[in-house]
Amino acid sequence: MSEPLLSVQGVKTYYGNIIALRGVDVTVNSGEIVTLIGANGAGKSTLMMTIFGSPQAREGRVIYEGKDITRRRPDEIARMSMALCPEGRRIFPRMTVFENLQMGAIVTDGTGFDRDLERVFTLFPRLKERLQQRGGTLSGGEQQMLAIGRALMSRPRVLLLDEPSLGLAPLIVKQIFNALRELNRSEGLTVFLVEQNAYHALRLAHRGYVMVNGVITLTGTGKELLKRDEVRAAYLEGGKGGVEAAAGH
Amino acid sequence: MATDDAVSARTEPSPVVAALRDAAMWGLITLLLTGPVVGLGTVASSGTYGFIQRWPLVFSMTAIAFAVRFILMMTVWRRRGAPAPRKVVADLPKSLDSLRKLFIPVFVLLAFAYPFISVFVAGGMTPGRYWIDLGVLVLTYILLGWGLNIVVGLAGLLDLGYVAFYAVGAYTFALLSMNYDLSFWVCLPIAGIIAAMFGVLLGFPVLRLRGDYLAIVTLAFGEIIRLVLINWREFTGGASGINRIPRPSFFGFEFVPSGPTSFAQFFGITHSPVHRLIFFYYVTLLLAFVVLIITIRLRRLPIGRAWEALREDEIACRSLGISVVNTKLTAFSLGAMFGGFAGTVFAARQGYISPQDFTFLTSALVLAIVVLGGLGSNLGVVFSAAVLVGGVEMLRNLGFLKQIFGNDFDPTTYRMLIFGVLMVVIMVWRPRGLISSRSPSVFLTERKTVSAAMVHEGRG
Ligand SMILES: Nc1ncnc2c1ncn2[C@@H]1O[C@H](COP(=O)(O)OP(=O)(O)O)[C@@H](O)[C@H]1O
Ligand SMILES: [Mg+2]
Repeated sequence: MSEPLLSVQGVKTYYGNIIALRGVDVTVNSGEIVTLIGANGAGKSTLMMTIFGSPQAREGRVIYEGKDITRRRPDEIARMSMALCPEGRRIFPRMTVFENLQMGAIVTDGTGFDRDLERVFTLFPRLKERLQQRGGTLSGGEQQMLAIGRALMSRPRVLLLDEPSLGLAPLIVKQIFNALRELNRSEGLTVFLVEQNAYHALRLAHRGYVMVNGVITLTGTGKELLKRDEVRAAYLEGGKGGVEAAAGH
Repeated sequence: MATDDAVSARTEPSPVVAALRDAAMWGLITLLLTGPVVGLGTVASSGTYGFIQRWPLVFSMTAIAFAVRFILMMTVWRRRGAPAPRKVVADLPKSLDSLRKLFIPVFVLLAFAYPFISVFVAGGMTPGRYWIDLGVLVLTYILLGWGLNIVVGLAGLLDLGYVAFYAVGAYTFALLSMNYDLSFWVCLPIAGIIAAMFGVLLGFPVLRLRGDYLAIVTLAFGEIIRLVLINWREFTGGASGINRIPRPSFFGFEFVPSGPTSFAQFFGITHSPVHRLIFFYYVTLLLAFVVLIITIRLRRLPIGRAWEALREDEIACRSLGISVVNTKLTAFSLGAMFGGFAGTVFAARQGYISPQDFTFLTSALVLAIVVLGGLGSNLGVVFSAAVLVGGVEMLRNLGFLKQIFGNDFDPTTYRMLIFGVLMVVIMVWRPRGLISSRSPSVFLTERKTVSAAMVHEGRG
């Protein structure tokens, strides 16, 4: 197998003296959708942010496209075709949808802006209708679409997505996950997805990791993980997971 | 509108009664407030204190409050039943752009014609002097307001020590021109650059601070600069400041009655000290335009948008690859540079400066101008500087009020009171400032063609 696009090797991250990641190993291959699931406070967001350079790992390495980016600043990493769509959407509420999308393209040189815009509109036609509306007045689902669209405007090779389904209605979640699947299929976009919504995430992803308390405890393909008893017990409470997961997709 | 009327009709007995009731409340509040404050005054006479009573004044104020409120209720606020509910800005106001297009040429024209209008209306050079001087003062505050607007309005970094850069600019010019005989035009950019360096100096330690903490550190910074100016006597002249700062000349022509380099003699006009002031007005105006153009241009570049984005969400900025450090430092240094320009103008206009001119009060006034104008709005700064600086200054000559309120009514003593009331009224009336909507800006090269097409589709 060829070298992975992104690999996290023995990363330890601290907040002050408190350790949040206790030696994490994750690899993401080019063209894959990889998901990381885990309970609240497990350290999923911390891993995302560590990959993106803020906070930086105290030990271990982050290798991206063969380069060690452990000590790079976020703005340098963003210029290396990696995009992060942070937890809680974080769109710019006073700016219009259009301006938000422009902000996403700030690391590019502006060429190909139209094409990138069209791509986002094809993916989320809803955004095109709301172009001149302020970001803060969009619905939660639209804001998430905008956040993803904004991240895509920088033309990334790999998209890091932190809990895109947070607080959204199931139908919208489905729509967003379909868009991700479509992006991956048609353009080969690599996606590293953090989710608490394990069922949808594991069905979407090629591979998955389970994080508990700052360490990876389980790994496997999405389907494998869905069948694991410990995953179902911990992250797919009750009915929903069981039946549908067994049915596969 | 119809539904609004129906609602108010159902809940209120009748608009007139409601308005009367509301106005009566206002009258009562005015009475209660002005009663002790205005109605009673102490006078020291031959070693003892005596009271004077000004009840007619209190009652006239009450009556005015009642009448104004009633008229407003019956006219402006009529249709909405009660004081206007806060508007939620859901979309970009489309009318604003056309309004702006109309306003700006009028403004520019007015600004250029202002000295002549003042001279003409006041009826002569000497009486016009006061008005031109006031114009220069307002322009100086507009410069300061535009500078602080970048830091507070766009980048969202609350700076309570902005006066420091004003002081640095003023002292740089004063010291350079006194000690090295450099001319105003040479000093101006140097003062701007040195002020910008002080901006970076302030910026570095506060990079990680936000909100309250940032405000306190910047406040301290302003005070430190002032204290240094007071105590470093050999260099800055201490508390008594610097006197006889050379005045700028008009391309080498000086504003003196006669002599080979006399402005008046060369142009064959009778000398007037107001010429210098008029020249000064245009210098400041020119500077203001330069600053405005720089600001507008920068807002169209990625850095300008990054400032705004920084105010909205720092984490999002980081994830989009914006360097938070660079963004903050450029905002601080550019804002400081404009403050330095304003300081230079101030020192050159006054001819003397002292640390007294650079107290926290100035920072507060500039901040008030920015907030009242509407954070981030350049036009708003113009309005609020005119109101807060020009308007309050004009309260000095409201002598005619004596005719209304009696002879012992001295309007100047109420200046700060009126100033305060004005601020409260503006903030209640327009909680987000006079001009609260921000106009979207453009910065990507391909955007022009795209936007036109997209906007249409978006609206359609
Ligand atoms: N900025 C921070 N400062 C200190 N501790 C933090 C900070 N952010 C997260 N933590 C801690 O790190 C741990 C992991 O948090 P996080 O990565 O946000 O978890 P998750 O995204 O999996 O819910 C938690 O115990 C959390 O309290
Ligand atoms: Mg998280």
